[in-house]
Amino acid sequence: MALAFDEYGRPFIILKEQEQKTRLSGLEAQKANISAGRAVSRILRTSLGPKGMDKMLQSPDGDVTITNDGATILEQMDVDNQIAKLMVELSRSQDYEIGDGTTGVVVMAGALLEQAERLLERGIHPIRIAEGYEMASRIAVEHLERIAQKFDFGPTNIEPLVQTCMTTLSSKIVNRCKRALAEISVKAVLSVADLERKDVNLDLIKVEGKVGGKLEDTELIYGITVDKDMSHPQMPKQIEDAKIAILTCPFEPPKPKTKHKVDIDTVEKFQTLRQQEQKYFDDMVQKCKDVGATLVICQWGFDDEANHLLMHQNLPAVRWVGGVELELIAIATGGRIVPRFQELTPEKLGRAGLVREKSFGTTKDKMLYIEHCANSRAVTIFIRGGNKMMIEETKRSIHDALCVARNLIRNNFIVYGGGAAEISCSIAVEAAADKYPGVEQYAIRAFADALDAVPVALAENSGLQPIETLSAVKSQQIKENNPHFGIDCNDVGTNDMCEQNVFETLIGKQQQILLATQVVKMILKIDDVISPSDY
Amino acid sequence: MAIEKILKDDASEEKGERARMASFVGAIAITDLVKTTLGPKGMDKILQSTGRGHEVTVTNDGATILKSLHIDNPAAKVLIDISKVQDDEVGDGTTSVVVLAGELLREAEKLVAAKIHPMTIISGYRMAAECARNALLQRVVDNKENAEKFKSDLMKIAMTTLSSKILSQDKEHFAQLAVDAVMRLKGSTNLEAIQIIKKPGGSLKDSFLDEGFILDKKIGLGQPKRIENAKILVANTAMDTDKVKIYGARVRVDSMSKVAEIEGAEKEKMREKVKKILGHGINCFVNRQLIYNFPEELFADAGILAIEHADFDGIERLALVTGGEIASTFDNPESVKLGHCKLIEEIMIGEDKLIHFSGVEMGQACTIVLRGASHHVLDEAERSLHDALCVLSQTVNDTRVLLGGGWPEMVMAKEVDELARKTPGKKSHAIEAFSRALVAIPTIIADNAGLDSADLVAKLRAEHHKEGCNAGIDVISGSVGDMAELGISEAFKVKQAVLLSATEAAEMILRVDEIITCAPRKREDRM
Repeated sequence: MALAFDEYGRPFIILKEQEQKTRLSGLEAQKANISAGRAVSRILRTSLGPKGMDKMLQSPDGDVTITNDGATILEQMDVDNQIAKLMVELSRSQDYEIGDGTTGVVVMAGALLEQAERLLERGIHPIRIAEGYEMASRIAVEHLERIAQKFDFGPTNIEPLVQTCMTTLSSKIVNRCKRALAEISVKAVLSVADLERKDVNLDLIKVEGKVGGKLEDTELIYGITVDKDMSHPQMPKQIEDAKIAILTCPFEPPKPKTKHKVDIDTVEKFQTLRQQEQKYFDDMVQKCKDVGATLVICQWGFDDEANHLLMHQNLPAVRWVGGVELELIAIATGGRIVPRFQELTPEKLGRAGLVREKSFGTTKDKMLYIEHCANSRAVTIFIRGGNKMMIEETKRSIHDALCVARNLIRNNFIVYGGGAAEISCSIAVEAAADKYPGVEQYAIRAFADALDAVPVALAENSGLQPIETLSAVKSQQIKENNPHFGIDCNDVGTNDMCEQNVFETLIGKQQQILLATQVVKMILKIDDVISPSDY
Repeated sequence: MAIEKILKDDASEEKGERARMASFVGAIAITDLVKTTLGPKGMDKILQSTGRGHEVTVTNDGATILKSLHIDNPAAKVLIDISKVQDDEVGDGTTSVVVLAGELLREAEKLVAAKIHPMTIISGYRMAAECARNALLQRVVDNKENAEKFKSDLMKIAMTTLSSKILSQDKEHFAQLAVDAVMRLKGSTNLEAIQIIKKPGGSLKDSFLDEGFILDKKIGLGQPKRIENAKILVANTAMDTDKVKIYGARVRVDSMSKVAEIEGAEKEKMREKVKKILGHGINCFVNRQLIYNFPEELFADAGILAIEHADFDGIERLALVTGGEIASTFDNPESVKLGHCKLIEEIMIGEDKLIHFSGVEMGQACTIVLRGASHHVLDEAERSLHDALCVLSQTVNDTRVLLGGGWPEMVMAKEVDELARKTPGKKSHAIEAFSRALVAIPTIIADNAGLDSADLVAKLRAEHHKEGCNAGIDVISGSVGDMAELGISEAFKVKQAVLLSATEAAEMILRVDEIITCAPRKREDRM
């Protein structure tokens, strides 16, 4: 019970110890938090690396997700513990910022927590541990910059990019055709990238999936696909050199926003109103025809009459196209989104070399392909696969690969994967530890040990002897002073990651270390957990 | 200190061996469930729905069985999903794909028990699947050039597909129906154009393919029951009161006489519309929406056949067969394409009157009328026919054909076995296991037929050791027979899809080492 005394010495209760509340404080709280954090990282640990396993997650509604992606696992895990939620956040922020390495960051944080627990047992104050970690992370990040290598690539030489994407994809279920997918991802990113500004807008890459076929059928479409068909079944299914009118107004009589009534009290009014109505439809369709459009894409629905008029005028049309897709179409075809028929002008039309409808399988699934657009800067990756879960997992994997490619365009420094970078950092941090006087030295050393956790997990998952392998690689790195040695997960026969072509991005790795350290610091600083028990 | 609970209360977590065990058990249970339906002598299942009326379905179709199951096991859900995809993509082989995936997992379970890492099994399976696919590719027959032969291929495939279904008694009849229907599509895979009408009564043999088009509607009263050289206008327009579509319009009057006036105007408007429609020079008018009595009377007066409320698919199909366009405005009669057909008449099937359009211009669509003793029989017949149609339409596009009756499995198994012998390392165990899983399919077919599977499969294996052998299981005579002579064929596309998606699913389930089940969402049962 937390008691305080006022100036007259009378006790008053600040926090009432109740049945309904549970409270942990001091060392006990820290240990509880640490064990929660470690429990989360233990779940993800087996997913790390090319031989990592997948997790099967069943959602509250019974849907099944099978994935290897750390961020997805944690997001769908339905976590209840507060500290565990922090770890989920950690993985998510790595996902937002970098897109890849979401498992690694959690494993790293778990290892840091584990080391911290030992230090706590030895009586070191949590704040000192946190400070030591902070220093160590700075050393590690600086060291990463030193060992990073510049990676040269150009629009014609995409090989290095493909190799890096392949490293990312090799840990996923899609590794069967990682080469093809990596090429698709890189080509997609390059076609939307702004190499001058070193920026990539991933929104321009649409990832669509449809079950059926096989993974090898996945393709990159220089254009847009829309999961819609023509509004009238008898409209042409293929249009060449299409001029596209992109509309956000329905082919329906206008609906003024202000409240109003049109009263009909005479026969004349009834008739004029009717003529008016017909004129509306005629005008709308005529306007589209006048500006020279050969395809109308509309966000809203069509009235039956308008639909037939369009058909009659030989003007194919697509209705109910979503806002995001509409924007992408506008970007791809260089057209403008037109909110009113009156504003339709020939300059505002988008252009595409070929628009075609394609049907799949035995059901009536149809998709509209808009290809050879005026501006090829919007692309679509169209994924095929044996089942729904496969498609979803492929989507996530492609997203990771796209992010990696984007990161490389932003910053073309790489470090070596397979745990090589971690081992190298660990050596550097260990060496630096001795220079620090004071208790922090222990924390820094602990940090170095924690860095070893990633290669150890990699080795464990690949069925190698973890300690033996790690020490062998470590001594090799020190002996030859070469940071390229890592864990040989695929049993290729060499430890040199340079030869194996296993790369990761520098910013991804740096971000992992920084984020993990930050979260661990935050967790260490908590010394009191008050939670209302279930009601 | 106890490990902190990090998941929510009702959520559960299974790890490592236990997780793997849970998924194996689930997947194998599903396999055992559908396994008995495989092959020409496979049995059917009765499914009772939990919904109102406890409807009963009797079926042999894997996808239908699995779709109606309520499964809680996540691995089993993966299998159900692949079966569904197989149904959507190629239409047939929905049972085979689940059985193969289940057998692959059953073999994998043994390997895992023998301490082989799942990743090693996966890489072995991948190599084996690739090798099996190549083996099939080498043995495919493609009769694309020879139309006559190709047609007989189609016929054989249809008969093989149908032989495992309820239609097997009249399989020749139905195979002919299916082949004729698909040939009319001319390479399109749009099965929408083939209409299946089910009418209880008669026997399955009385089912027939109609070249024309049958619309399940009645002809309006007092209108001609028979029209020759019909000109048809297919429309989608309101023929009740034509509403004013301008938003916010409403009628407000201050006297009764005004009401009458406006009503008159409305009638006048309708009369005008009908007149415009008549101006197209038609003698049959089909509308998707309702036709009220008043315009119907007008049509009857003009001696025109008016059909109301045809559903949307019906309209589309009708437009397709008659070559007309679906119209909604009627101001330019000269440019609206009208549909034509030689004869429209009312026919009776069983007790129902239907409208029959024959002698249509575009022969793409057709109607299959199924007759049978009960609704259950008809439903199952429709599903079977649908399977056959799907397979045929896919075969028209991908004309490669294989033999059936366990022949492809044996061919694959042989090649895979050879690969296993050549491969060094632990993978070879996995490859061997793959071939065992392939052999399991002919074994199950034989078992289901009540034959001595061990003996038959061993014989079959020996036969296949010879080059260019066509041996498979002849379920009818209960021995090993020449599949080419027996005319049992399957589409390459179906087999390939079975192989690839089963491997993919098995791979996916094998990779899992942890199952996290979230707390089921609480249903609020409040009043």
